Amino acid sequence: MATPYQERTIPAPHLNEGDAPYFEAAAQGKLLVKFCNDCKQYHHYPRALCPFCFSDRTEWKEAKGTGTVYSYSISRASGPVPYAIAYVTLDEGVSMMTNIVDCDLDTIRCGQKVTVTFKPAEGGVVIPMFKPA
Amino acid sequence: MSIRGKAYVVGIYEHPARKIENKSLARLHAEVAKGALEDAGLTTRDVDAYFCSSDAPGLGGINMIDYLGLTVRHSDSTNTGGSSYLYHVAHAAETIAAGKCNVALVTCAGFGRRGTLARDHGADVPEGAFETPYGPVTLNLYAMAAMRHMYQYGTTSEQLAWVKVAASHHAQHNPNALLKKVLTVEDVVNSPLIADPLHRMDCCVVTDSGGAVIVAKPEVAKSLKRPLVKLIGAGESPKGQMGGKVDLTYTGAVRSGPIAFDEAGVKPSDIKYASIYDSFTITVVMTLEDLGFCRKGEGGKFVMDGNLISGVGKLPFNTDGGGMCNNHPGNRGGITKIIEAVRQLRGESHPKVQVRNCDIALAHGTGGSLGTRHGSATLIMERE
Ligand SMILES: [Zn+2]
Repeated sequence: MATPYQERTIPAPHLNEGDAPYFEAAAQGKLLVKFCNDCKQYHHYPRALCPFCFSDRTEWKEAKGTGTVYSYSISRASGPVPYAIAYVTLDEGVSMMTNIVDCDLDTIRCGQKVTVTFKPAEGGVVIPMFKPA
Repeated sequence: MSIRGKAYVVGIYEHPARKIENKSLARLHAEVAKGALEDAGLTTRDVDAYFCSSDAPGLGGINMIDYLGLTVRHSDSTNTGGSSYLYHVAHAAETIAAGKCNVALVTCAGFGRRGTLARDHGADVPEGAFETPYGPVTLNLYAMAAMRHMYQYGTTSEQLAWVKVAASHHAQHNPNALLKKVLTVEDVVNSPLIADPLHRMDCCVVTDSGGAVIVAKPEVAKSLKRPLVKLIGAGESPKGQMGGKVDLTYTGAVRSGPIAFDEAGVKPSDIKYASIYDSFTITVVMTLEDLGFCRKGEGGKFVMDGNLISGVGKLPFNTDGGGMCNNHPGNRGGITKIIEAVRQLRGESHPKVQVRNCDIALAHGTGGSLGTRHGSATLIMERE
């Protein structure tokens, strides 16, 4: 069995105030993660206030863009093409929801090393995703 | 202040329909309210508190309070998805214990929608832009919890299938159940893989239906002609992504369970019957572990070989057929979990599935998604 990756139409996400820098960086091929200058921890999804210590001294840092598949699932009945939703644990230590792309989806495994890549959504927005390292 | 012994479930009603046309949503809420009041031997004039979730039309409870012709001094529209109604029963007991109401009505009703579709939680949810592009739907989010459980603990598809099989053994005796066919492990694992590792038959049914529950203070309960079902413990806890420290191997039941057991003064081994929220087979396996019915990671082994089948296994569960086979009204299985637990304590479950000497029962709800954020709620009830 093989389930080749196919490009999928991704609706433009609704950005809340404060989300734009993340997607502007993605358009430049960079993955950002929020970091807290008080408790020195990364968090994701990004907040204005650190969810661990509630400091407002949070800032965007560029992530290495490498990580490990924490879990995944191949959706075979939710759209015109199959797609792989996943959580990837970044080397910075936080896990983010994403898609695994550019591979035979049936070969994805928990614990697999992956690296960031970028795919276009509608409306010119660019979305970070991951492919096998 | 504890709710232990301060409130009783005096009325229950499950709508018999599973596919509904030509009835409004408000009417469905009214029909289940009427059914539960008649079951209790009460009228709308006795109700002084109303609880509903976002499945009820309108602004909180106020539109339905008006439609139902109620005069209430307390209302609560807590929405934690399918577990809302377990939160409501607990909150009703707290309100009664505080002397703020005597008789609380809880309603749930809705038309089903497919779990393969995206859910819209509104534009302002803070995670929206960081999740919606990836196509999260109810099904694939629960599937990720299952996939990780399999990876970390060696849980198998065959083990998960036993949850559906056990529910189907119960559903064959329920004339209202949507699926009444007895299933085998092979039936489940050979059904189409729709979100790896979950098959179509790992999912609950999608139904149009509803249910209602009446909670009352002891003086009211003891004046009625129904068997006495007393609330002795309740716990609630949401769980999320923890700022990116995502762990999909456990549920909020790790907190709601101990709170409820401590309040009730009982242990998992004292529970004769358990209603366990069964949106998907994995939901049951993880919840049983987290409530302490078996050790962490051993839920797959625990559910095997009919261990959840009444009269066969150690822990009879969802003897109405559960969300797996009977009913999941409007994609919300919480109200039916409470209802079947009360039937068991009253001795009113179907004779083929009635647990002998059922004196203590548990009902547990999981609303939202195991894969992102969910609200867990546990109720423990005792026959008096
Ligand atoms: Zn911090």
